[in-house]
Amino acid sequence: MPTLNHFLLLSAVLFAIGTAGVFLRRNLITILLSIEIMLNAVNLSFVAFGRAFGSTDGQIIVFFVMTVAAAEAAVGLAIVIGLFRHRESLNPDRFTQLRW
Amino acid sequence: MTPLFIAQIGLTLFVFFMLLNSAAVMVYVERKVAALLQQRLGPYLVGYKGVLQPLADVVKLMFKEELRPKAADAFLFALAPIISATCAFAAFAVVPFGAATTLFGLLDQPMRLQVADVNVAILVVFAISSMSVYGIVLAGWSSNSKYSLLGGLRSSAQMISYELSYALALASVLLLGNSLSLVEVVDQQAGTWLGFVPRWFVFLQPVGFVIYMLAGIAETNRAPFDFPEAEQELVAGYHTEYSSMSFAMFFLAEYINMVTVSAVAADLYLGGWHGPFLPESWGWIWFLIKVGAILFFYVWMRWTLPRYRYDQLMAFGWKVLLPLAVVNLLVTAAGVLYFQ
Amino acid sequence: MIVFYAFAAVAIGASLLVIAQRNPIYSVLLLIASFGALSGLYVMLDAPFVAVIQIVVYAGAIMVLFLFVVMLLNAPQEDTDMDERRPLPVHKGAMKFGGLLAAALAGELVWALTRSSDPGAFSGGATDSVAAIGRSLFTDYAFAFEVTSVLILVAMLGAVVLAHRDRRSRASRAAVGPVGNVLPQKP
Repeated sequence: MPTLNHFLLLSAVLFAIGTAGVFLRRNLITILLSIEIMLNAVNLSFVAFGRAFGSTDGQIIVFFVMTVAAAEAAVGLAIVIGLFRHRESLNPDRFTQLRW
Repeated sequence: MTPLFIAQIGLTLFVFFMLLNSAAVMVYVERKVAALLQQRLGPYLVGYKGVLQPLADVVKLMFKEELRPKAADAFLFALAPIISATCAFAAFAVVPFGAATTLFGLLDQPMRLQVADVNVAILVVFAISSMSVYGIVLAGWSSNSKYSLLGGLRSSAQMISYELSYALALASVLLLGNSLSLVEVVDQQAGTWLGFVPRWFVFLQPVGFVIYMLAGIAETNRAPFDFPEAEQELVAGYHTEYSSMSFAMFFLAEYINMVTVSAVAADLYLGGWHGPFLPESWGWIWFLIKVGAILFFYVWMRWTLPRYRYDQLMAFGWKVLLPLAVVNLLVTAAGVLYFQ
Repeated sequence: MIVFYAFAAVAIGASLLVIAQRNPIYSVLLLIASFGALSGLYVMLDAPFVAVIQIVVYAGAIMVLFLFVVMLLNAPQEDTDMDERRPLPVHKGAMKFGGLLAAALAGELVWALTRSSDPGAFSGGATDSVAAIGRSLFTDYAFAFEVTSVLILVAMLGAVVLAHRDRRSRASRAAVGPVGNVLPQKP
């Protein structure tokens, strides 16, 4: 039977993979995808803890985290579209100047 | 290896084969009914009154050459029909089609006629049908052709727009049935009022039923919402570049999605397998009759109504159907509170 | 237990491939596979509602949004020369230091999670009732629920405004051309 520690370890590994993706990839969309991986890892910990303590609070927090992730993904992608229209590139290293 | 386990495996295989057969039957029914509506004969050469026509179609499709455009992304091109067909079959896995039965006394405990009994069945159907968008959008993208791309994007935008109204109609009937499990919702529709009016939810929720049917028709890309497959404008939309068995998979997926939407409508609104004159364990006959009626309605709509233009279609989905679905939900909630 | 390892392997493998893939469309599809595996893990944790919501919201809506944006921006061609010239945009020394830190973190995690005598087995208490979640959501967390709905409204408005193409002048419309909306403009 998988114990709480198994799920927490898996969540930590997924979080680390997401963080590595945010730091190492030079493509805006992949960075946003890595942020989604991190949010999912956190969701997994929440649900695991909720189950361990026998309450539904974990699942409720996950509900809110998913909603916020959806809103953030929508606005983030809108920003990416705007940036792409201006510079025709998805590389964040191109957007180093504060001038538009 | 209890008898129950074997019976459940048998039921799974049986449902799978029945879905395949239903697609074949739908091919024939569609062509025959279309022909009769248009006052012509339809298929009549192959077999008695053309009954073997679907078999001829399948043989023809199997022997065609399997094409792949050179500039197409091979992996996605092959994956897209698989996703469509898989989601179509998987969505039917949680739909119950009969009361618990002991298979004429062969089993020692009754087994429900449902492949997988989950207590969030309504949500599972919705979830899997929202995954079938990927088959279409990947087909459109990977074909690397302008008709396919436009058709794929339009079709997927249409599907995700009508998913909202679909979900709200489901939520309304959920309030009435007080449960997310399809079996419990059906069981609440047993019995009659005044002795002859069955206790179906369609009488409590007529607007909800209309919303569900319209959203279901739009979800399965059938007429009059089938602009993305319109032959006049888009050649064949997202499945332009597909031939032979890949095309057959899309075809199959469309018909099985129709069957699933009809089956869920029969369960949620038309009382599932409950009906007069027949004992409980033969309720699946009533279920078949109800699903058949809804499928006939589908075919009838396709060959009677003209097609919506794409912007009219999206305007209808967002500006008419969605507010109507929200109002329906509010009225249902108020009604449930008042009459509880 | 095998089921847990299977789902965990799929989730970790798919996530690793997401950050390693060059083509963003494959990244999105692999992330959908990872979400599917996580959904299976939620079912194992007696949370069927969260599992289905994960498929509906994440895999069925957010990823469709990502896929649309990737397709409309024609992103595969935009995987830039920065990526091609150097596999990792950090220096060797920094990589070694980062690797050392990551190994230290991994060691600490493994130590912390395996030394406790109580493995943290799941206690009883059913948490899989959707009715209980609903009741709690609309009574204890009602304020957060309403605020979240306002948040979604704001996000919708923001996304529409941010992605809107300026159609004020004839000059900009001429520069846009017939196809228009999000394809790159030729200078």
